[in-house]
Amino acid sequence: MRRIPVALLATFTLALGLSACGSDDDGGGSGGTAAKPTNCTNKIVKEDAPRVLVWAWYPNMAKVVDNFNNQHTDVQVCWTNAGQGQPEYEKFQTAISAKKGAPDVIMLEADQLVGFEIQDALVDLAPFGANDVKKNFSEGAWKDVSQGEAVYAIPVDGGPMALIYRTDVFKKYGITSPPKTWDEYAQQAAKVKAAGGPVFGDFGSNVPAVTTALMIQKGAVPFVYDLADKQNITVKLDDQATKDVLTYWGELVKKGLVGKEDQFTTDYIAGMVGGKYATYVSAAWAPGYLTGSGVGAGKDKGKFAVAPLPQWDPASPVSVNWGGSAFAVTSQAADKALAAKVAMGIYADEASLEDGWKTQTIFPLNQGVLKSDEFVNAKVDFFGGQTANKDVYIPAENAYKGAVYSPFTVYYYAQLQAQIVKINAGKTTGEQAAVDLQKQITEYARSQGFTVR
Amino acid sequence: MIDTLREAPSATTVRTRRRRATRPTGWLFILPFLIVFAAFLLAPLIYAGYLSLWTKGLATGTTFAGFDNYTRAFGDPSFRKGLWFVLKFSLVVIPLQIVVALVAALVLDEVTGRLARFSRLVIFLPYAVPVVLGALMWGFLYSASFGPVEQIATAFDVRAPFLLSQGNIFYGLLNVVTWQWSGYYMIIIYAALRSIDSSIYEAARIDGASGRQIAFRIKVPMVSSALVLILIFSLIGTLQFFTEPQILGPIANGSVTPDFTPNIYAFNLAFRYAQFNYASAISFSLGFVVFLAVAIFMVATRKRGSIFT
Repeated sequence: MRRIPVALLATFTLALGLSACGSDDDGGGSGGTAAKPTNCTNKIVKEDAPRVLVWAWYPNMAKVVDNFNNQHTDVQVCWTNAGQGQPEYEKFQTAISAKKGAPDVIMLEADQLVGFEIQDALVDLAPFGANDVKKNFSEGAWKDVSQGEAVYAIPVDGGPMALIYRTDVFKKYGITSPPKTWDEYAQQAAKVKAAGGPVFGDFGSNVPAVTTALMIQKGAVPFVYDLADKQNITVKLDDQATKDVLTYWGELVKKGLVGKEDQFTTDYIAGMVGGKYATYVSAAWAPGYLTGSGVGAGKDKGKFAVAPLPQWDPASPVSVNWGGSAFAVTSQAADKALAAKVAMGIYADEASLEDGWKTQTIFPLNQGVLKSDEFVNAKVDFFGGQTANKDVYIPAENAYKGAVYSPFTVYYYAQLQAQIVKINAGKTTGEQAAVDLQKQITEYARSQGFTVR
Repeated sequence: MIDTLREAPSATTVRTRRRRATRPTGWLFILPFLIVFAAFLLAPLIYAGYLSLWTKGLATGTTFAGFDNYTRAFGDPSFRKGLWFVLKFSLVVIPLQIVVALVAALVLDEVTGRLARFSRLVIFLPYAVPVVLGALMWGFLYSASFGPVEQIATAFDVRAPFLLSQGNIFYGLLNVVTWQWSGYYMIIIYAALRSIDSSIYEAARIDGASGRQIAFRIKVPMVSSALVLILIFSLIGTLQFFTEPQILGPIANGSVTPDFTPNIYAFNLAFRYAQFNYASAISFSLGFVVFLAVAIFMVATRKRGSIFT
């Protein structure tokens, strides 16, 4: 059971991998003379052009990179998939701590930006002409990537949330219209269960971002933080809205109306394929990922549909967001101007965006696409020809007001995840979980040197 | 003649002594090892020790902390919970592994022939499977929607227990670890059994000892040093429990918390929360606990060893 050597070895190979990836760091100077990253996943079109190392996990990234490299002679993207979300952030965080090994350009979700900004790991793109592309995005989308005048990333896609559901299950158990409120959601769940049907949804512990979005939908404001006022943070996780949402899902789990499986696992996908879950509370990019895993194909084709996210108060609906990413330039980039050019240019060309939204791997934030007839009126295959963009996702995106994230999102998510696990095991109540969470996060914030208000 | 005999050895001892004192040739021979040892064990250890004396806050930057991280570690409920888990786990898994390994070794020592050789290989085989692959394989076997456990249960129309749920993960991991390591320990005991002089058995049989008596009165005491070795291996390994829960974590619906075992906690502190300083302190604290546990165990078994011999 010699476990340390294994762990050490893993760390060691990680360090090796990182230093290999970041071989252009110590080259200094401008692109041409720096050592070129060579372990690219993609093919380099212009061999003699300077290379910019990019980490990203979009499922169609290979095409996007090829599009970029074919259109540019002065710079070439060298792409690596360093993991989807969390695993990538862990590698980036390690590279920041090691002061070497980070890529030049990195794909980050909006909720992670401030955590890296506070460590001076990202470059302000405003001096490199970021404001020239500002016109392509809505005010809200731009706000999510900037701090005052500083711009830390260029948005690509958003994650307006909605309720994906299975038409075959709904039909079989006599549910004529998808739930408009969370009360209806619970009632319909009970109805399906009473008739011997599958669980209605899933309260997975490994998607704390979803739970946070649902808390915000009920009116919670977990964090108030402004990078300009670096030391001060407001944490409010034990408010009534948070307690209500955690209790609501805890009750559904307790009654066996929703599952408690982690999402994105093979088991979960197998359940999605087999109709084990009647609904899926998820974002606009989800169908692309599900299709990639084989959901909605074969005899399941066209059995999915989408409806607006259920509301607490239908009179004043609230739109929330899960995921959606942007490209940032790291402060370890050898040639920051060149890296900024890539961050602004990659996944911004028409061909890439079209491929992205047509495969539903992204919900584009580029206004040119968002407002195009083709996008608005597109009949989505995964949803059996439903005009999902016009009916559901575009209104949701337009109503999204943005959110404020803490500089320790990774830690917060880990603690929320632990609480959800406890709720799912019946070891705590939603109310208690909220109180415990508040205590843990404030203690952590203080230990990190923040003044908690 | 007598004089030369008497003088000769003393002359050589003087010469060897001088050679030892002056010639650095010996160092040349161990240099390759020393370099690797210093670069990959000593240097990281010293650096980690240095790191553990500092503290870093997102909003405050790095400051000197002295031994604060250590007092914090032993008061940290996450670290204590993890320690308690691995201690409990050791208490169950070590006896279990040893019993399985000992019984298998005793049986294989008795029987001969093709079947015995085949069985020996099969029992040893799990150890030859890399830990990560073994864990992944068990992840599939335990799967709640397409694993064989589920399929068998469905055939009998009952709901299969999910062996990685919060209540069951202790047993789920117990099974994986026992499966993986018992064969290895079996080989160690088996080798020790083979080295026993068979004339001892003959003498015992002439004295009228039964097969069981030979096994428990002769064989087990005579391989007790191998058993102690296994116990120490097993204790060190289990206290540093990492790979299996880390691999099975993503499919365990959150049963493997970020502070599941001390090693997993240290890993997450370092690579998820970027707290390399505190992670180093946790690692050293764990090292201290392991050292303590092994020391206590050595003292305890030394006494028992004297009863055997």
